[in-house]
Amino acid sequence: MTSMEHTPEPSSVAPPLLEVRNVSLRFGGLRALSDVSFHVASGELFSIIGPNGAGKTSLLNCISGRYTPTEGAVLFEGRDITRVKPYQRAALGIGRTFQNLALYSHMSVLDNIMVGRHHLIKNNFLTGALYWIGGAQKEELAHRRKIEEIIDFLEIEHVRKALAGTLSYGLRKRVELARAIALEPKLLLLDEPMAGMNLEEKEDIARYIVELNEEWGMTIVMIEHDMGVVMDISQRVMVLDFGRKIAEGTPAEILANEDVSKAYLGGEDFTLEGSPTQEPAVAQA
Amino acid sequence: MAIATMRPCGDYRTSYRADQTIFATRLSTAWALAGLLLLCLAPWLLSGYLLSLLIQIGYLGIAALGLNILVGFSGQISVGHAVFYGFGGFSSAYLARHGVPVPLAIVLAGLWTTAVGLIFGLPATRVKGLYLAIATLAAQFILQDFFVRAEWFTGGTHGAVAPPFTLFGTDFSTDTRYFYVVLFFFTLMYLAAANLMRSRDGRALVAVRDHYLSAEMMGVNLTKYRTMAFGISSFYAGIGGALYAHYIGFMSVEGLDILFSIQFLGMIIIGGLGSVMGSLMGTAFMVALPELTGALATALEGGAIDHALHLKDGITYLREMLIGASIILFLIFEPDGLAHRWQQIKAYWKLYPFSY
Repeated sequence: MTSMEHTPEPSSVAPPLLEVRNVSLRFGGLRALSDVSFHVASGELFSIIGPNGAGKTSLLNCISGRYTPTEGAVLFEGRDITRVKPYQRAALGIGRTFQNLALYSHMSVLDNIMVGRHHLIKNNFLTGALYWIGGAQKEELAHRRKIEEIIDFLEIEHVRKALAGTLSYGLRKRVELARAIALEPKLLLLDEPMAGMNLEEKEDIARYIVELNEEWGMTIVMIEHDMGVVMDISQRVMVLDFGRKIAEGTPAEILANEDVSKAYLGGEDFTLEGSPTQEPAVAQA
Repeated sequence: MAIATMRPCGDYRTSYRADQTIFATRLSTAWALAGLLLLCLAPWLLSGYLLSLLIQIGYLGIAALGLNILVGFSGQISVGHAVFYGFGGFSSAYLARHGVPVPLAIVLAGLWTTAVGLIFGLPATRVKGLYLAIATLAAQFILQDFFVRAEWFTGGTHGAVAPPFTLFGTDFSTDTRYFYVVLFFFTLMYLAAANLMRSRDGRALVAVRDHYLSAEMMGVNLTKYRTMAFGISSFYAGIGGALYAHYIGFMSVEGLDILFSIQFLGMIIIGGLGSVMGSLMGTAFMVALPELTGALATALEGGAIDHALHLKDGITYLREMLIGASIILFLIFEPDGLAHRWQQIKAYWKLYPFSY
């Protein structure tokens, strides 16, 4: 999987697949994100790292529509989607997984993944209820065939009939990935896909992610704490700290960056403007 | 080969189509069809009284299934199901009195009730859980009050006459004939629900129940599906109520109180939340319960308990108590209801006699 020919050449004319423009997010007095800008080209594998509470998930939530940024804009394929409803973004081609498991625990793995195809399936409560008449059965079976490819790819055949709630953590994470892929997203947002996994499981997931990026042509934005994996597989990395972007670049550049090591390891001269005055105010409120 | 066992001990399906059927094996499909056939013969096999119980299970079962779609599948509580059931009954009676053929009136009543259900389901787009329960409680009291006041529609406190069911000039109002009417609607509604649950919108409803945040990210419009659940639920309630009205020939506001709504909840809790089959099982249980109470009272006649509690006079209270007790017992010992128990029995027989 080391072939480079699958990585699409970044074109200078077309807008980047994803552009985040000066996004700020405030919850009352709490600044979760301050003026974050970056862009992700089509076909890229882009990682966001940062210490706990840096605002990584908030940023992902702004892209997937869970939060609306207080300021700034999110552009997808050149179109402003800042105010587009979250459920409409699936149809645009944005899929995501969650940091804390978010499967439908009383549904089978198959049904979970089928929900991912919601926007691709056309039958509704009337044609679905008639099932045999009006083509719902045919459509369901066609999509079932499609998701079997994903099940095959992620090697979860043995649990396809199991209820999602009964699976082990590692498998649930994998089913969640399967559900996000079922959406056929152009942009796949992964929120800590390897959290809480052992080395072997991490290697599996890393392999899937690289393959999704290179073979399936999905653009991936990933939040991950495992630096080894991040530096190994991502093409570009952005570092957030206290809601600010402190660095962006290739893995090698990030590893050499002084601000980044300060943010992670702490440094004497590292202070954040405004934070000492803000904290007591929050505590009183 | 598939016919040979009730429960094959492995997965032998070779096509996706075989994997998506309503009934797990060909034999269980055959059993279901045989059961349906047997039901068709019921008017000849059963006494009039048992037949009337079956009819009761039929129309109540349709309404209970509606509530199960709302509470069990989409996870939204409703304590006002009885008034939607009642609204269906009144609408159908009203339409039939104004010259609409009864079969058509029943369907139209279902649609009218859907509209009303959608209106009262609107709070569901905003509130969840206990707050939604209170909102549906409001529906219960508002509509109950409406039934008493809207004399043009419901006949007020006197009630309204529901013309008998006729089709192509044939009168279907006798129990033996009306049974087929109920059986027809029952089969249709249950098949539709089973189909719904294995297609896109049914899955979306369950997804909204289990994890609405991720459902939204998967492209499910929460507002639409939460409201839709109310609509579908009311449609089922309306059809059930309409079938009831034309069976009794009379529709009255009496009995459409909150206790009846809770009884519907009892049916689906006992039968199994989120199970199509469970709705039927729970309804059958609830309809059979009074018979059981009667038998119990007879059995205890003359004994110490009878003397202490005056069972003969208090049989209605005994019934209410038994309903309450069985809901509590089910919540403690079998929260997934009779349907789950049935699954376990089937799973046990799958490998019998080698249970490991």
